[in-house]
Amino acid sequence: MDEALLRSLTPAALGILVRRGADFAAAEDAVQDALVEAIRVWPGDPPRDPKGWLVTVAWRKFLDATRADTARRRREDRVDEEPAPGPASSVDDTLQLYFLCAHPSLTPSSAVALTLRAVGGLTTRQIAQAYLVPEATMAQRISRAKRTVAGVRFDQPGDVATVLRVLYLVFNEGYSGDVDLAAEAIRLTRQLATAIDHPEVAGLLALMLLHHARRATRIAPDGSLVPLAEQDRGRWDTASIAEGVEILQAALARDRLGEFQAQAAIAALHADAPTAEETDWVQIVEWYDELVRLTGSPIVRLNRAVAVGEADGPRAGLAALAELDDSLPRHTAVAAYLHERDGDVATAARLYADAARKAPNLAERDYLTRQAARLNTRRT
Amino acid sequence: MAKYLLLKHYRGAPEAVNCEPMDQWTPEEISAHVKYMQDFAARLEETGEFVDAQALAPEGTFVRYDGEGRPPVTDGPFAETKDLIAGWMVIDVDSYERAVELAGELSAAPGAGGKPIHEWLELRPFLRHEPAVTE
Repeated sequence: MDEALLRSLTPAALGILVRRGADFAAAEDAVQDALVEAIRVWPGDPPRDPKGWLVTVAWRKFLDATRADTARRRREDRVDEEPAPGPASSVDDTLQLYFLCAHPSLTPSSAVALTLRAVGGLTTRQIAQAYLVPEATMAQRISRAKRTVAGVRFDQPGDVATVLRVLYLVFNEGYSGDVDLAAEAIRLTRQLATAIDHPEVAGLLALMLLHHARRATRIAPDGSLVPLAEQDRGRWDTASIAEGVEILQAALARDRLGEFQAQAAIAALHADAPTAEETDWVQIVEWYDELVRLTGSPIVRLNRAVAVGEADGPRAGLAALAELDDSLPRHTAVAAYLHERDGDVATAARLYADAARKAPNLAERDYLTRQAARLNTRRT
Repeated sequence: MAKYLLLKHYRGAPEAVNCEPMDQWTPEEISAHVKYMQDFAARLEETGEFVDAQALAPEGTFVRYDGEGRPPVTDGPFAETKDLIAGWMVIDVDSYERAVELAGELSAAPGAGGKPIHEWLELRPFLRHEPAVTE
């Protein structure tokens, strides 16, 4: 049984059912039923046209469910008049489904859950495991999300930026259980990129590929964080980097810059350097200037201060840092790093310890605590 | 999508506004209080924001390693109640603002006289296991 194939067919089947007049929740139920049947039947009797098979069975399941609901007699008459199911081009339907699952009326966590379920074809249990919440909680989140979008018309164009934000959230999320959310986000973004020709979709895909290429080296076997400069570059996934760079270059050539392309450009410059020392920090600062212009985000300004510290020396980095609000996340960690490079070990040690207390995750807290301990040991 | 612990404890926090001890309430007031908490949890289950909740017994025991081959040392229970932890709830919400809103709601559980107890709840974010992607 090809689970990847089944999952890739899910949004196509769902999109076709909705387009034919099924409401979203009923269509989703019908497709899930059809998937269960596919898992049962396909190993012994593989279909020649898997998508056609899935759509036909899902449509039949939907009709059965609708017929069983006598209170909806009128609607049944309507759906019976719809054309007979069969193979159909799904590209456009899949795209609509992405827009629906990322609808602005949904909260970020609902949009993420619905996207993974409806577009990604994951089970509720898999999604609940990935987000470390009870299955009942995730089931509620998904059913509420379905109710929220029940009245949304399917033929209206959606906002690509919203879809990209949801996919980026999936990519950034931690994972556990049996689904790798980063890989899943790449799969979905890749699918989106085939359905829609948009430089920022390409930019996000490139960004994900470039980050993902370094993932194996970001965490040591004991779970501790390995900073970029100390990562084993020989273990970076060069095929993934090459693909990311190629996608990015094609997107940049279209001259419609957006924040994901700019972020991907920075990731590409890191990936491109044979050693940390050979990183082209001057060009990275230029991309951060673009990002500041595009987003105005204080987090981007903070990252820019780090790049300035590398390009023009720690004093310049500290000057850039001084212009920013010191309550920003990771501000203290950046200050600690720049002070150490500037030779002020005592201040750096104090700031590392301070930054560790404010760290948003365990790996970062432990890393910063070790940095403080390293400097304190050296002083005594 | 961030998890928070709502901790009902009494460790140096200012006293609740309506701070009459529970054993001085009427049975109806206690029932109303319990029902409020249950309804609150049920509502969060509905919204997909509930992760877990437990009440704790008031008395704990301190335990300490006492060397190779020896049973752990235990001490207490202590009558001291100023660091009493009464229970906790874990929620998974979209924002810090939402977490504060829910903690405020939970703190409004009815107490003596049916009035909100205004108790202090500590709100603590969970540390996530995975670092964010950006380097």
